[in-house]
Amino acid sequence: MRHLLSAADLDLATATAVLDLAEEMQQVQSRPVKKLPALRGRTIVNIFFEDSTRTRTSFEIAGKWLSADTINVSAKGSSVSKGESLRDTMMTLDAMGVDAFVIRHSSSGAAAQVAGWVKAQVVNAGDGQHEHPTQALLDAYAMRQHFRTLGAAPAPGATEFAGKRIAIVGDLLHSRVVRSNVLLQRTLGGEVVLVAPPTLLPTGVENWGCEVTGDLDAVLGTCDVVMMLRVQRERMAGGYFPTEREYSERFGLTEERLAALKPGAAICHPGPMNRGVEISSAAADAANSLVLDQVAAGVAVRMSVLYHLLGSDEGAVH
Amino acid sequence: MTTTSGPLLITGATLADGTRTDLYLAEGRLADPASAPAGVERLDAEGLLALPGLVDPHTHLRQPGREDAETVASGTAAAARGGFTCVHAMANTTPVTDTAEAAEYVAALGEREGHCEVRVVGAVTKGLDGEELAELGMMADSAAGVRLFSDDGRCVGDSLLMRRALTYVKAFDGVIAQHSQDVSLAGPGACCHESEWSGRLGLPGWPSQAESIIIARDVQLAELTGSRIHVCHVSTAEGVDVIRWAKARGIRVTAEVTPHHLLLDTPLVAGYDTTFKVNPPLRTSEHLEAVREALADGTIDMVGTDHAPHARQDKDHPFDVALPGMLGLEQALAVVMEVMVGTGRMDWPTLVERMSAAPARLGQVPGQGRPLAAGEPANLVLVDPAARATVDASASRSRSRNNPYDGRDLPDPVVATFWKGRRTYAR
Amino acid sequence: MADPVPDSPTPDSPRVIAEEAEVTRSLRRIAHEILEANRGSDDLVLLGIPTRGVFLARRLAALLAEIEGRPVRVGELDITMYRDDLRRNPTRNPARTAIPGRIDDAVVVLVDDVLYSGRTIGAAIDALRDLGRPRAVRLAVLVDRGHRELPVAADHVGRTIQTARDERVQVLLGELDGLDAVTISRGGDR
Repeated sequence: MRHLLSAADLDLATATAVLDLAEEMQQVQSRPVKKLPALRGRTIVNIFFEDSTRTRTSFEIAGKWLSADTINVSAKGSSVSKGESLRDTMMTLDAMGVDAFVIRHSSSGAAAQVAGWVKAQVVNAGDGQHEHPTQALLDAYAMRQHFRTLGAAPAPGATEFAGKRIAIVGDLLHSRVVRSNVLLQRTLGGEVVLVAPPTLLPTGVENWGCEVTGDLDAVLGTCDVVMMLRVQRERMAGGYFPTEREYSERFGLTEERLAALKPGAAICHPGPMNRGVEISSAAADAANSLVLDQVAAGVAVRMSVLYHLLGSDEGAVH
Repeated sequence: MTTTSGPLLITGATLADGTRTDLYLAEGRLADPASAPAGVERLDAEGLLALPGLVDPHTHLRQPGREDAETVASGTAAAARGGFTCVHAMANTTPVTDTAEAAEYVAALGEREGHCEVRVVGAVTKGLDGEELAELGMMADSAAGVRLFSDDGRCVGDSLLMRRALTYVKAFDGVIAQHSQDVSLAGPGACCHESEWSGRLGLPGWPSQAESIIIARDVQLAELTGSRIHVCHVSTAEGVDVIRWAKARGIRVTAEVTPHHLLLDTPLVAGYDTTFKVNPPLRTSEHLEAVREALADGTIDMVGTDHAPHARQDKDHPFDVALPGMLGLEQALAVVMEVMVGTGRMDWPTLVERMSAAPARLGQVPGQGRPLAAGEPANLVLVDPAARATVDASASRSRSRNNPYDGRDLPDPVVATFWKGRRTYAR
Repeated sequence: MADPVPDSPTPDSPRVIAEEAEVTRSLRRIAHEILEANRGSDDLVLLGIPTRGVFLARRLAALLAEIEGRPVRVGELDITMYRDDLRRNPTRNPARTAIPGRIDDAVVVLVDDVLYSGRTIGAAIDALRDLGRPRAVRLAVLVDRGHRELPVAADHVGRTIQTARDERVQVLLGELDGLDAVTISRGGDR
């Protein structure tokens, strides 16, 4: 794998290998020396054109635990406001001999554009409203761990996701998480149910191969995982929905809806949460909430991704 | 690049209607070939078509203000390379062409440095701000003789202001050319045809209706005011339907389509290559089909290149931030041949009407878009209908390289261009 | 003492140089040697190096338990990420590392099938360093085929054989291969 730009870059074998290795990597977190030498001598630049403490920190720790030299560049607003193009910013860093860029940008497609310009390998850590493939991987990781605790090993040739229904609820129009999850679950075999007010559905969503509905209550009891997405207050001003109260009433995982979940169903949220809007505190802190498991999986999954990209010279161009 | 030529006898050329003829160019005009003196310079045009010089109703020459992207000299050189003998320079320069002085400045640049005739398009509103009318009458009365007015790049959004503009220009037979974009439906961030592609790519959508709603409003305002309206770069099936309806009603509307909206479709933006970012955006195949049909049947009257050069640094940004626009002058004829003539949708006389006569009438340009007959100005292009080549963006005469046809195999028709009898391009 | 290997094997027909009985005998001897060197099984941790070292370590642990009458700690130590040729090879997922309890102050016996260049063991020692500080680290291998590239020596060896670099020595184990054997074939440097 040369770059990880989209969850569609992962075939079943690779996605499974990444999740499997992440399990090994999670053990490293409990070791006295939390370090593996696999990426010794490699330089990874985390360049974030948009703030995200959580994602940046987890990539930074992942790189450091694999012994790579990781450098953080906060480039928020730098290029356009200083008149420098994205290309020039990236080519300048690339010329310093960087092995990989982990890039976060508020514009869709930025990571793909950068991958076309630089010699280094590129990991998409979120591009606008497009994709966030490592988030989808860590979601899958947390879900897989959860499915395993329920017992019942998958049938031969099937993954743990086969036959599982995963509802993704919220602002799907502006969400990079949903696009990556849909693509990854298409590979892993999970069935995704998309739930949103019609104003927050992407154009053409009916062709994504998912069930699409505006009625959360109709599907709540049939899903094995319910993933709640953050809904931003500025969407209200955009006329996507009238009030937070109405949104929460129709699409929030309220305490009442918590009781309607299928037994053993898990609750996910990629964070940061708006408690009281899309998710109630009762749901966020419930025993079957994977919210903290998702965070904990972040480092291990990103270690696995970095190892798969940079562990061998085969992916690199020299 | 423009050589001062003496008299020239072009022999054995074929006209658009299939007639074979010799053409004698003397003192900037076409003259009776029989009057050519023995020993005059001759050009063998056996197997070549001779067409009236092409006229572009919609060109961005970027001068004054962005001479790093294009100049009057480089833009008109690209025009000559594409077979054009006249272009209409859009008003969105820096400063904006919204006064008689600014219009005369551009017209004078064209006189001095142009490789084709440069007609000036004036702004409809001051600074293109959509708030107050620019000095339309003074621009019309100026030495530039402006007849076409447009805020292109921006839409005149306010209905009342649009009504006033349409009414006001009647005094001097002016025409408002509208960039049809309802900005509340397709805001400044909108950069991808609203479709499954915009949904998958996470790019803000630009729905077809943001175009057709403005066209519908404007044709009704034209009906109300009894004025003429020209619709720039029609890109959608819905827009075509509205124009067809308006024409059937007798409303005085003309419309143009760009070469790129005839040939290039939405999936090209899937790689986020900003060369393919253009406004209005590249549409899906059903829209391409609709604008092709409309150009063939005359619902769309003409081809306008919307030649929009941009410096590299203005394109090397994320897709939603990069400036929209693509080159068009050099490949316009090639694209129309490929999409319309090569497929049998359009014959050569119709191509001449759409790419020369109709835009010359729109701009009220005397001496352009005229038949190739004795006494007419010697504005013509020699075309090899069989030649093809792979487009090489780096070989462009434009100062910019945002050529969406780079690497494509297309017709390479233009053998030579003559403007007022002078050879402005020769292969 | 190194056994001479008389006939040159052909590439397509590996020659068996030890069969099940000898493999079992070698392991039993190694088990006794370990106990002798360690004066019993206290503080002993056997760590097999994937793939076949893991199975050999389990067998040794079973033998030790049988002799001592109590269980012996056994685990697995993957060294993929510590390999000095990691970048030269296609990406492969590391195997499991499973350490039974802490290894601080324990006597770790690394177990592998074939000792060759010594680079695997070098990487294993690096890996151990990140897991704790054993009192001592020893090495047990079923076959030592020579050609060391690092200063590594085994403490317990089932059998030492002389080989050419272009020969390939393979240990087969019932758990994976259906039978126990050691084979040698011509077939490139390995």
